Amino acid sequence: MDAFIHQVLSGLATGGIYASLALALVMIYQVTRLVNFAQGEMAMFSTYIAWSLINAGMGYWPAFLLTVLFALALGVVIERVVIRPVENASVLAIVVIFIALLVILNSATGWIYSYTIKTFPSPFPKEPLFGNTYISSHELGAIGVTLVVLALLYVFFRFTPLGLAMRAVAQNPESSRLVGIRVGWMLALGWGLAAAVGAVAGMMIAPIVYLDPNMMGGILLYAFAAALLGGIDSPGGAVIGGFAVGVLENVLGAYVIGNDLKLSVALGLIIGVLLVRPSGFFGKVHVTRV
Amino acid sequence: MTRRASIAVAVLVAIACVLPFVVSNYRTFQLTLVLVYAIALLGLNILTGYNGQISLGHGAFYAIGAYTAAVLMDRLGAPYWATIPAAGAVCLVAGFLFGLPALRLEGLYLALATFALGVSMPQLLKYHHLEKWTGGVQGIVIAKPEPPAFLREAGLQMNSDQWLYFFALAVAAIMFVLGWNLLRGRVGRALIAIRDQHIAAEAMGINNALYKSLAFGVSAMYTGIAGALGAIAVQYVAPDSFTIFLSLVFLVGIVVGGLASISGALYGALFIQFVPNVADEISKAAPWAIFGLFLIGFVYLMPAGVAGAVRTLLVRFTRKGAK
Repeated sequence: MDAFIHQVLSGLATGGIYASLALALVMIYQVTRLVNFAQGEMAMFSTYIAWSLINAGMGYWPAFLLTVLFALALGVVIERVVIRPVENASVLAIVVIFIALLVILNSATGWIYSYTIKTFPSPFPKEPLFGNTYISSHELGAIGVTLVVLALLYVFFRFTPLGLAMRAVAQNPESSRLVGIRVGWMLALGWGLAAAVGAVAGMMIAPIVYLDPNMMGGILLYAFAAALLGGIDSPGGAVIGGFAVGVLENVLGAYVIGNDLKLSVALGLIIGVLLVRPSGFFGKVHVTRV
Repeated sequence: MTRRASIAVAVLVAIACVLPFVVSNYRTFQLTLVLVYAIALLGLNILTGYNGQISLGHGAFYAIGAYTAAVLMDRLGAPYWATIPAAGAVCLVAGFLFGLPALRLEGLYLALATFALGVSMPQLLKYHHLEKWTGGVQGIVIAKPEPPAFLREAGLQMNSDQWLYFFALAVAAIMFVLGWNLLRGRVGRALIAIRDQHIAAEAMGINNALYKSLAFGVSAMYTGIAGALGAIAVQYVAPDSFTIFLSLVFLVGIVVGGLASISGALYGALFIQFVPNVADEISKAAPWAIFGLFLIGFVYLMPAGVAGAVRTLLVRFTRKGAK
């Protein structure tokens, strides 16, 4: 039983990270109807920036904040420079652009930092908190950080004029433009926020999976599964989906299919959800008029 | 085919037959891989270029083909040439089966599902219950095929690299003729109609579901055959040679070569074989940086790829000549 509780709790910890990344995917999906295949690599690249800052002697939390700001800027720049010109292009063209971003960020990181695996510090103490035996402090801390990020995003979208403007753009870009909202900049800001949330996820997962340019491949897959499970256009759903996928992955990996097939859980979930319930559990069902 | 096109193909075949006798063994080996990639790219192009179904996971079918060939040769002692049709058949079925659920997925979602397939393929290949067949992480080493005895009796001296090249050339030629026949007629038009206007295509009496899943099957078959040939050429299969980046290489190939174009498969194959070779000298990361930049560059500036550019140039050139 103890082992089971341990599996569930550490599943919740990684689940929180999947939830953050899934949330980043959903934020971009909501404003552009696109799934950003480069989300994981953007997070990975930001995490490397954090590593550089910390290695240069900066404290963890200042480096954390600076990295989040950097990711925000990175997201905005990528949207303005790379995505904007293909806004109305075919799905294939856009997917190709995302893949291009993925491989460029991946290889740029490999080029700058080399492909050797690096350790990434955790800001939380080594000993488990409160003397418990189920969950390490980093895992507990990661869940905490995820919840703080979610709360901040909720407050931002719910209570600030800028958040309201962004929600308006996601709902109806034409009308938003008519009432004077800068739709283009809102899209860019949406990308920036998504990149920032992704960067937090990257910095939280890096102490667990270690820092390496390919670290996000599998995690992105779980985030896809989480976003689809919760409904790709539902932020709340993505968060619940993230935690669910984290627990499911850990428990299935430990007791049913073995650790060497964990990624197939994501594959099965993605295909299963798309087939049985494409709108996920909390998403809107889309009806297309012929 | 127009007369000019026939002459071009004849010249190309003649050059392809002479090349291995002029260049080094290593270059011959690289050219064999070009042929292998060309078959795989033609397969992906049938699906993504002609039929508009985005696949980011074709490396998985390449892997299945390669493993089929390796397992048949290493564990069951099958002759290398017999593994090609076997790999094709296995992948046809695998592709068709994956294509059935894929029918319900459009555009982005299909890209997602195939991406997931591509990412999880190495792990599936490492699965410990299959280790008896697949060799687990170690993979399988296979023997290099020797040129057949009748060639030596006929007085033709050929080393195994050259023989393998001609074997690949023959397979590629068959696959390209088949592909050309498939795409120029009724089936090709149906595939394109589904890509451009699937509702109108349905109204015209095209069975969308059948054609789409068939396109998936045939596409996987091409890629699987390429995989089997590739495995024989490099004499080695291992799970980590079939990561998601292999699938992405194929995507680079069809985008650079030209979507929905048969000759594009050849340009794309030359690109993905030789550009990394040159770029590798700069840095280990350079090939992918260059691939990425080319992807963006081609989508922005040359969406029809090299094949499209060649076509435009030819039209301009001949118009000038006519005046």
